[in-house]
Amino acid sequence: MTEIFSSLSTHIEMIYIIILSIFVGIEVISKVPAVLHTPLMSGANAIHGVVIIGAIIVMGHAESHNILALVLGFLAVVLGTLNVVGGFVVTDRMLEMFKKKK
Amino acid sequence: MEHIILDVCYLVASVLFVIGLKKLSHPDSARRGNLMAAFGMSAAIIATIFFHKNDAGEAIGNLGWIIGAIAVGGVIGTLTAKKVKMTDMPQMVSLFNGMGGACAALISLEEFGHFSASLEHSLGTGLSIMAGLIIGSVSFSGSMIAFAKLQGIMEKSPRLPLGNIINSLVILATLGSGVYLAIAPEMAAPWMIYGLFAVSLLYGILFVVPIGGADMPVVISLLNSFTGMAAAFGGFLYHNQVMLTGGILVGAAGTLLTIMMCRAMNRSLTSVLFSAFTVTGGASGTAGAQGTAKEMSVQDAAVLMSYSNSLVIVPGYGLAVAQAQHAIHKMAMMLEEKGVTVRYAVHPVAGRMPGHMNVLLAEANVPYEQLKDMEEINPDFPSTDVVLVVGANDVVNPAARHDKSSPIYGMPILDADKAKTVIVMKRGMNPGYAGIENELFFYPNNYMLFGDAKKSIEKLIEAIGAL
Repeated sequence: MTEIFSSLSTHIEMIYIIILSIFVGIEVISKVPAVLHTPLMSGANAIHGVVIIGAIIVMGHAESHNILALVLGFLAVVLGTLNVVGGFVVTDRMLEMFKKKK
Repeated sequence: MEHIILDVCYLVASVLFVIGLKKLSHPDSARRGNLMAAFGMSAAIIATIFFHKNDAGEAIGNLGWIIGAIAVGGVIGTLTAKKVKMTDMPQMVSLFNGMGGACAALISLEEFGHFSASLEHSLGTGLSIMAGLIIGSVSFSGSMIAFAKLQGIMEKSPRLPLGNIINSLVILATLGSGVYLAIAPEMAAPWMIYGLFAVSLLYGILFVVPIGGADMPVVISLLNSFTGMAAAFGGFLYHNQVMLTGGILVGAAGTLLTIMMCRAMNRSLTSVLFSAFTVTGGASGTAGAQGTAKEMSVQDAAVLMSYSNSLVIVPGYGLAVAQAQHAIHKMAMMLEEKGVTVRYAVHPVAGRMPGHMNVLLAEANVPYEQLKDMEEINPDFPSTDVVLVVGANDVVNPAARHDKSSPIYGMPILDADKAKTVIVMKRGMNPGYAGIENELFFYPNNYMLFGDAKKSIEKLIEAIGAL
């Protein structure tokens, strides 16, 4: 029990970030019109591609003789990039169509 | 100095994510919002590669591997995203979401090796690794099943008799072993973490397989927020603020979006996820009693529409499948030249994703002002001459208003049946995606125009042009 409390206080800044981010996340999209639900989902999908940073860190500190770690890390970076790049490009293509036409 | 640059980049990226999401929720600024978020992401990635140091003060190594991997992922990602047809967007989002989930799971797999080898085990670290692994894997395998369903590779949604119990047991086993590995990693055999990986993947499959294709948007949105949470656990693990804010933002926004989608269908999230969308005897019984549907020829439909004052087009997934968005716009323009007021009535859940129809019609250059929301157009139906339903079904089923035995009872619908004449374009008399009969087809003011949506519209264009 004490371990849980002490880990709570060592991570207290992170916990602040988490709680405030939850409120920001909810607040920011609460007024979105139904028209934009799909692009918004797609844009959010691209943003969680931020997980790629974790993949870069893992890969960056993998021992160069550990083939399994290198392969897994390589795969993780490829997949993360797919999420980021694919996500943003698809969203942009969708939004391109909402351009004002005259 | 270097860690200051890194911190500033992360801060800027986090702020850009928030502003980007905010701008994404308005049609005029959405595209800029997406670009801002993308810029923030690039800054965070580049700063990580060059300035990140771990606790021991080591910089990022294996640079060749990393840049190679980014190049491979970037090229494949751009090409697939550029090539995909507008109609296939929903499954594309699902696919990219799955990639993110898999990425999170792989990170956890690697970190567990370091974690179990180290002498000091922090419970927080262990739980973050396990949460990232489990959520990431579920998101990955679930997204792949959702992709398969939307792509038409997997058509059935079998629900085992004890499905919910089996699923509960699998998830309990998954969570239990996750907690065990987090608390006592030194006791674990190396295969155990891979076993947990496999069980989590299995759960993702069991979780999504029984859910019908019509509910996939809700599932994708939910899995999207799952991946967000998996990314956030990664941020917790590395004390990485940008992963934390980005992940939590998406986790929270995705959950809200999921709930908004369920609300549009007037169903609760639990009923989407855990109960079969069964056809009750009552729904099929009423349909049988109503006799046969009347058919209308292309010629008659063309004349009727050309000489009407107002036409409302109700697009559905059939329009997307037939790629008929350009044809329907061409037809609408011809009718407008004849003095017909043309509008489109877009149901919140028409198509396979909310907003799916808007994206498709926008692609065909349909003016934004002609697209009407359900609330906006419903009061106008009684004064509308002709409603043309193109590949939509459940969203115009009047049973949702009055038939308590119908599975879609209570879902808000477009009151197309109140118009003077309704023409339904459909390939055949098969029930729609929800698997229920539509009593509208048997109404006295309703006519069927059978055939593939695109071919029928092309024939209509010909007929209207000949008038």
